[in-house]
Amino acid sequence: MKVLVTGASGLLGRGTALALASRGNEVTVLQRRPSGLAGTEAGAGPPIREVLGDIADAEVVRRAMTGQDGVVHLAARVGVVGTEEEFHRANVDGTLQVVAAARALHVPRLVHVSTPSVAHAGEPLVGAGADPADTVHTIGHYARSKARAEQLALGAADALGVVAIRPHLVWGPGDPQLVGRIVERARAGRLALIDDGAALIDTTYIDNAVDALVAALDHAEDDAVRGRAFVISNGQPRTVAELLARICRAAGLPAPHRRVPLPVAYAGGAAAERLWARLGRTDDPPMTSFLAEQLATAHWFDQREVRTALHWEPRVGLEEGFERLAAWFAAGAHA
Amino acid sequence: MVTTATLPPPGIVGLDPAWSRLVTAVDADGVERTWHVLDTEVAAGGTVLCVHGNPTWSYAFRAVLATPPAGWRVVAIDHLDMGYSERTGTHRPLARRIDDLGRLTAALGLTGPVVLLAHDWGGPIALGWALEHRDHLAGVVLTNTAVHQPEDAPAPGLIRSARLPAMLETVTVRTPTFLRGATALSRPQLPPAVRDAYAAPYASAERRAAIGGFVRDIPLEPDHPSAVVLDGIADRLGELAEVPALLLWGPKDPVFSDRYLHDLEARLPQADVHRVEGASHLTPEDADLAEALRRWIPARVSTGPTAVPTEPDAVPAEPDAGPAEPDAVPAAAADEPRTPLWAALAEPHRADTDAIVEPPAPGDELRRPRRWTFRELSGDVHALAAGLHAHGVQPGDRVACMVTPGRELAVLLYACWRLGAVVVVADAGLGPKGLSRALRSAAPGYLVGIPRALAAATALRWPGRRIAAGDPPAALRRSANVEVTLDQLIARGYRLIDRGPGPLAHGQELIAARRSPRATHEPDTVLPPPPAADAEAAIAFTSGSTGPAKGVVYRHRQLEAQRDALRRAYAIGDDDRLVAAFAPFALYGPALGITSMVPDMDVTAPASLTAAALADAVAATEATLVFASPAALTNVARTANELRGDQRTALAGVRTLMSAGAPVPAALLRRLAAVVPNAAAHTPYGMTECLPVADIDLTTIEAVGPGNGVCVGHPVPGVEVAISPLDANGAATGPLVREPGVTGEVCVAAPHVKDRYDRLAITELTSSRDPGWHRSGDVGHLDAHGRLWVEGRLAHLITSAAGPVTPVGIEQRVEAIEHVAMAAAVGVGPAGTEQVVVVVATDPAPGARQLAPLTLVDRVRAAVPEVDIAAVLVVPELPVDIRHQSKIDRARLSREAAEMLAGRGLDRRRRRGEASGADGTGDGTSASDGDGTSASDGDGVSVSDGDGDGGGS
Repeated sequence: MKVLVTGASGLLGRGTALALASRGNEVTVLQRRPSGLAGTEAGAGPPIREVLGDIADAEVVRRAMTGQDGVVHLAARVGVVGTEEEFHRANVDGTLQVVAAARALHVPRLVHVSTPSVAHAGEPLVGAGADPADTVHTIGHYARSKARAEQLALGAADALGVVAIRPHLVWGPGDPQLVGRIVERARAGRLALIDDGAALIDTTYIDNAVDALVAALDHAEDDAVRGRAFVISNGQPRTVAELLARICRAAGLPAPHRRVPLPVAYAGGAAAERLWARLGRTDDPPMTSFLAEQLATAHWFDQREVRTALHWEPRVGLEEGFERLAAWFAAGAHA
Repeated sequence: MVTTATLPPPGIVGLDPAWSRLVTAVDADGVERTWHVLDTEVAAGGTVLCVHGNPTWSYAFRAVLATPPAGWRVVAIDHLDMGYSERTGTHRPLARRIDDLGRLTAALGLTGPVVLLAHDWGGPIALGWALEHRDHLAGVVLTNTAVHQPEDAPAPGLIRSARLPAMLETVTVRTPTFLRGATALSRPQLPPAVRDAYAAPYASAERRAAIGGFVRDIPLEPDHPSAVVLDGIADRLGELAEVPALLLWGPKDPVFSDRYLHDLEARLPQADVHRVEGASHLTPEDADLAEALRRWIPARVSTGPTAVPTEPDAVPAEPDAGPAEPDAVPAAAADEPRTPLWAALAEPHRADTDAIVEPPAPGDELRRPRRWTFRELSGDVHALAAGLHAHGVQPGDRVACMVTPGRELAVLLYACWRLGAVVVVADAGLGPKGLSRALRSAAPGYLVGIPRALAAATALRWPGRRIAAGDPPAALRRSANVEVTLDQLIARGYRLIDRGPGPLAHGQELIAARRSPRATHEPDTVLPPPPAADAEAAIAFTSGSTGPAKGVVYRHRQLEAQRDALRRAYAIGDDDRLVAAFAPFALYGPALGITSMVPDMDVTAPASLTAAALADAVAATEATLVFASPAALTNVARTANELRGDQRTALAGVRTLMSAGAPVPAALLRRLAAVVPNAAAHTPYGMTECLPVADIDLTTIEAVGPGNGVCVGHPVPGVEVAISPLDANGAATGPLVREPGVTGEVCVAAPHVKDRYDRLAITELTSSRDPGWHRSGDVGHLDAHGRLWVEGRLAHLITSAAGPVTPVGIEQRVEAIEHVAMAAAVGVGPAGTEQVVVVVATDPAPGARQLAPLTLVDRVRAAVPEVDIAAVLVVPELPVDIRHQSKIDRARLSREAAEMLAGRGLDRRRRRGEASGADGTGDGTSASDGDGTSASDGDGVSVSDGDGDGGGS
């Protein structure tokens, strides 16, 4: 099978490209900057081919998609910094190009990688399902643009085996987002719990997320999958306090003990966003209002249906995941 | 004035527009009238015909239409001038409405046999129809209605005031007061959208005219035109004796109180009765009528359709007829000669043996225990039976016995049993609210109480004519309306039996009567014949730790079987003597023919039993058997160092120590070995509905070691135990099996299993859905040796995505961790994908509920590696029940854990305001929560309380 992976420079995209290649798929990756995967020979497959370019550029996408049997579309702009136009271009226009090319070139399968935030706006999620993407109530440019992108992608289910996968908080060795930021802040002595850190949160160990995307690609044309959106996670929610403590422990750092009440963190996050915008900074501020609320409310999901539909089970439990993370830190690979 | 029938407007919450249709029928005047009806119009073998009252409409029955009994069509009508049916501008009294209904059903073309479901004043109309359509009638379900005003009581105040001429038009027609009032009674309150839906067809005074008409038609006066019609219906209900009937009642109804239920019970003696604790007048909202019909119709209505496949959930599976199918109840007992409960009292060989011993009287400086021989006890029992009978107590009457265990209670119980009266025993541990519920539900005709009980009975208006135990002060006798005391009744009884001395009222004369040589002569000549083995004997109440306490009815043969099961299980013979600090068993001493004594303690507070008090009782009786609850034994162990040498010597004579009522920690039994060194420590397992079920001794507990749950041992002789396996959702739907290692609901068959639940017919159908078996509500498994392990309550199952998880095995292993005093495993999240949360009380205790430190989390996970535990919380203490001090309130813990682990969001409006400010939208309409048909909480509303598979979150 020939598969295009867009956005392979990230942890999940890279892992997916390698997993597909290692099982013998002919993999092409597409992103703006070199991923370091070009020419990699993983397992049985031929060397990975790389196409560089803008995901919103029709010509680039057409070139990358030609001859493919499937696409795993991860390319996206993430974070809170940036204008609405910037997010729209990367996430909505980019997805539009991928869907259009898939239709035009008769690429039969499309796994659209989405986010649970496309359907939710801060309320506690307790054993929740995957509600339809909602461009009205979602908060922030990222979530709203991803909601629109998911709608566009699933709208192609008439012609394509398309499925939207929403991984919840992917982490693992080498993850600069969740693990990287927590450890960075903990090292600086600036990591604090919001409220008592008691909200239960789902996370997804990287290998399980990779497996889920591969499984989604394999089953994208099944009746139980085509046109659907699924949240995936380890199915092992933990309190925020425990997650932070375990990540810190894996990195050899003490667990956070400072606490900030949610309203304070929320207000602080909002202020930071305004400041960053005024300063024109392109990195993400240390706290945002959205993140503050995310960290103070439960977010965990009913995993029964997706596991049946994708014929997928997480292989790596949280405990083993944290052990692997600790081993990675201990090996100094992050330095 | 005539306005034709219309279809309801769209958007009425919970109402499927596809159900609505208009039907035309000619009325008695030859005028065509159009009716609005709701009709599922499915092809079916029978029809449930729903008849509403005033001021509601067919909307009340929407849940029955939405989830009908499998294979049944459901039709709910709007009376003329009501709901969306035609406004005729005429007054339609009862007789005419019955005629109207008959003409409508003819026009409707009802399918197959009909089960009527009627509420409020729909009851008389439906019953009038029923009497005229016996050929069609397959069943009658009545809920909060009446056909007769009981003579001994005034009509309901609400109705009388609404009927005042000055009030009637204003309250019922000109204003929507009556209309709105009817939907305001429910607790918790109905959602506004549902209340609006009830009011929707009655938007103007013109449309409300018939609401006033209905109220005007209530025949409060004997010369009212409808009185003769209503009386005719009431008098003819005996004609329906062959028709299955269900009376489903909301006891909090300020209009149709329990009084009307009892009137209907007397007129329809065949009826099943189910009181829905907590439900008020509007039972279609407050109770799950649809669920009740789904359970009751298949079980009781034999003329229903047969070819229609039934839903697996709605109807219990037939027990598999395979080889694993356990045997039915041993049926032999029926033919064996029977030994009545009181038989042992009068056996000549023990006449001079002590029957009852009581601790010394408070003023007795010599501290002499008080003793009564079997001769004295038997004499008093027969005398009291005669006295009660002379006072008016008839066989079958219910007598609430609120008397401290001891001689007086023993005399009362055995007297009631000999007379054929039914004793109602409710534990003070239920608390005033629980006792009130229990007594209102049992509705005893007589209440015998110690002063404290009489005072409470007066304050809380418990039912029953008052009889005093002991010698209450005159003021209390007056304020509590005490008619007579037990001593007076005993004296009267002796007089009747003896035809002896003149009027007796006081102690000395009573003693004289007792000593009378003729006292035991021929008491049977003044008593009714002894009750048959099948006569009802007792109503006991469950502890209420998993919902409102349930009344459990026992017949004589079941109590006799219980006595025999105890005798067999513990090899009790004439040489044994019993000290019982656990009320139910103290009462069996006389039936077993052995000396019995309750030690000096407050029986309502088991932990008040000291080692010294226990030893004194053992010494006074030379007891060989001791029975106590774990809470009592814990205190005995704690106070053991206060024992004197002679007390220790007395305790050395005890051969068996029995502890029951709650799980007993092995560590406690071991500590007690030092107190009663020669006693085998036994723990019987059972429940109010069947006791004992199984038994285990300390030696076996230590031999079997830890496992998944608490090992409660082998079933005692005569008891069969089987398991109904769980499905993926944690419902015990599987056929009964005995394979080792299969977890499911523990089911019990024995001659001493309860007869039924009292006035809880639907709960009873659920609990006895496998004929001959009682479903205990406990979850457990059998091991390879046939021993039973209890893993928790069905209601406390955690339904994780990986399958059902039982709590007790987890808790035991967590409690073995250092510094953990007590643990509870609960679920949070939606059923089927719940997360397991362990809540522990630690020693030292934390100041407040909080997340456990990571080290403790690691230990807990290591102790229970096969279960994914999402979180561990530590709390200062776990909530436990009052009666046993050991049953953990897991439902409450689960709610608290869920709340904590959900975190908190910010103020919705504030955040929503920002969001809509950003994108210029905001929908404002939050989806109304469901159709309001089922108050989700389950507490008392769910008809399958305790069974666990009836839903409720």
